[in-house]
Amino acid sequence: MEDIKQHNPAKVIIAENLTKKFGKFTAVDNISFEVEKGEIFGFLGANGAGKTTAMRMLCGLSIPTGGKGEVAGYDIETQTELVKKNIGYMSQKFSLYDDLKVWENIELFGGIYGMKDAEIKEKTDKLMQLLNFENERDKLVGSLPLGFKQKLAFSVSIFHSPKVVFLDEPTGGVDPITRRQFWELIYDATSRGITVFVTTHYMDEAEYCDRVSIMVDGKIEALDSPKNLKKQFNAKNMDGVFQQLARKATRKAD
Amino acid sequence: MIMKQLISFIRKEFYHILRDKTTMLILLGIPVVQIILFGFALTTEVKNTHVAVLAPTNDEATQRIIDKLNASAYFDVVEQIHNTNEIQPVFRDAKAKLVVVFEDHFAEKIRHNGVAHVQLIADATDPNAATSFSFYATNIIAGYQQELMAETKNPYQITPEVKMLYNPQMIGAFNFVPGVLGMILILICAMMTSIAIVREKEKGTMEILLVSPMKPIYTILSKITPYFVLSCVNFATIMLLSVFVLKVPIAGSFISLVVVSLLYIFVSLALGLLVSTLTNSQQAAMLISGMALMIPVMLLSGMIFPIENMPLPLQWLSNIIPARWYISAVKTIMIKGLGMSAVLKEAGVLLLMSLVLVAASLKKFKVRLE
Repeated sequence: MEDIKQHNPAKVIIAENLTKKFGKFTAVDNISFEVEKGEIFGFLGANGAGKTTAMRMLCGLSIPTGGKGEVAGYDIETQTELVKKNIGYMSQKFSLYDDLKVWENIELFGGIYGMKDAEIKEKTDKLMQLLNFENERDKLVGSLPLGFKQKLAFSVSIFHSPKVVFLDEPTGGVDPITRRQFWELIYDATSRGITVFVTTHYMDEAEYCDRVSIMVDGKIEALDSPKNLKKQFNAKNMDGVFQQLARKATRKAD
Repeated sequence: MIMKQLISFIRKEFYHILRDKTTMLILLGIPVVQIILFGFALTTEVKNTHVAVLAPTNDEATQRIIDKLNASAYFDVVEQIHNTNEIQPVFRDAKAKLVVVFEDHFAEKIRHNGVAHVQLIADATDPNAATSFSFYATNIIAGYQQELMAETKNPYQITPEVKMLYNPQMIGAFNFVPGVLGMILILICAMMTSIAIVREKEKGTMEILLVSPMKPIYTILSKITPYFVLSCVNFATIMLLSVFVLKVPIAGSFISLVVVSLLYIFVSLALGLLVSTLTNSQQAAMLISGMALMIPVMLLSGMIFPIENMPLPLQWLSNIIPARWYISAVKTIMIKGLGMSAVLKEAGVLLLMSLVLVAASLKKFKVRLE
């Protein structure tokens, strides 16, 4: 309790024995880790390993059954409102409104996060330039190709300059070139001091992360930089590491 | 912060509705189409209604009344009959829908006694039409009586006695305006609201909203607002059409009507909210609203089938249909011309329902995703 109260600006996410039980089923079993400011933290695990549940607790959507957590300096159980203000979130489902124009989507989320109109306008201009989206600004989001949408969804999720952004399998179904561009956006965000917490299925993406944790049956089985993990498990790539750990899983995918 | 959130969000909801032109047209068009459809069934019947006349003594008074009837757009006098035995065959063979029966020595009785009787026998198989044309005929006769009084300065009195054949209680008369109101408001508020909320769940945007600092109660308020506006537009359309096109007057207090309608809109919105918390797909929401709300409203609210004629279990069941209470209140105010004090029971039931529904749906509304 005491050390969690000690505010450490370098640690943007702190999980301490975080546990979530649904009845007798323990979805997340006593996990602990810390993520530093500006880091890209890969959160890996097979389906049903408990990734999403853990992420939801960190976003203030689900109350932990046990343990403590702190995100952006706020307690995830008692300060959910402050946590929510300081995080961004992008889900595996595409999460913008198809029947709204590009700028209308941006304006909506800017408004929801309480940004001023002038600020929204200025940042929208900048963003359109950065994404090379000037011609798409007035188009309905539904008419854009998936790759465009994903990039836009990510940009919207960090539009209010959160301290942490949670990405839940952000690149599902996107072609390799767009994925590459997507990761460039992620690097750009970290260069501005935004911490990235990302779950993914693509092992090549795991290589892009600064550090990676691998969850198996609700527990974190490995946590280190991709380089160290490969050494530790004597594997050629992250896929090799993942296969060795995932084989141990007894829990079925949901 | 909250105002900014609300404004951004409500604007978004209006975009959703305004961009989906088909749905919007349907939502705004349904009341118009329904009112016009129901209304025309009423007005076409009334024009050129065939009339048979039984005047034992054909004098100048009966002749003038017959001429006046004939001259109006509502009636065509098609047959003169000579005794009461002929009345039944006239209806049976559908020669006329209205038989005007004068007393014998009609003009003489007016002159000597100051009072004469005329009976209007109407075929009330179509109760809407029957009320209308007997009402028109009564008016025409009253008009003649006034002319007569103006000519002679004597207080003459012609008492028309209206008799409805086949459907004497006149159930169904003016039923459709309250009925359409009850149905449209449930449709817009409950169905559209539930679909709009469930759509966010289905598309995954609800997650984004839950992760945002926007409080769920504001999300709900913003989602409800446009449908509330739409319902008010529909309410106004229906009122305007019924008063100016169908000439169904608002006999009672307009304020009471608005109060009761707002209460009903509130109940419907709460119902929509509850449906949205129970389902996860738009189809399911539509099915529940359609099956569980629309059909009971149509069948059990008294809109089509009079509640008094239902088997007892169905009568009990009808008590939990909000539309039943609303339609009853609207009829009392619009048709009977009474005020708020006459519909306290209905208003109370609706208020109670809305409280229960709001409590239930807020309890069920999942603030957290699990």
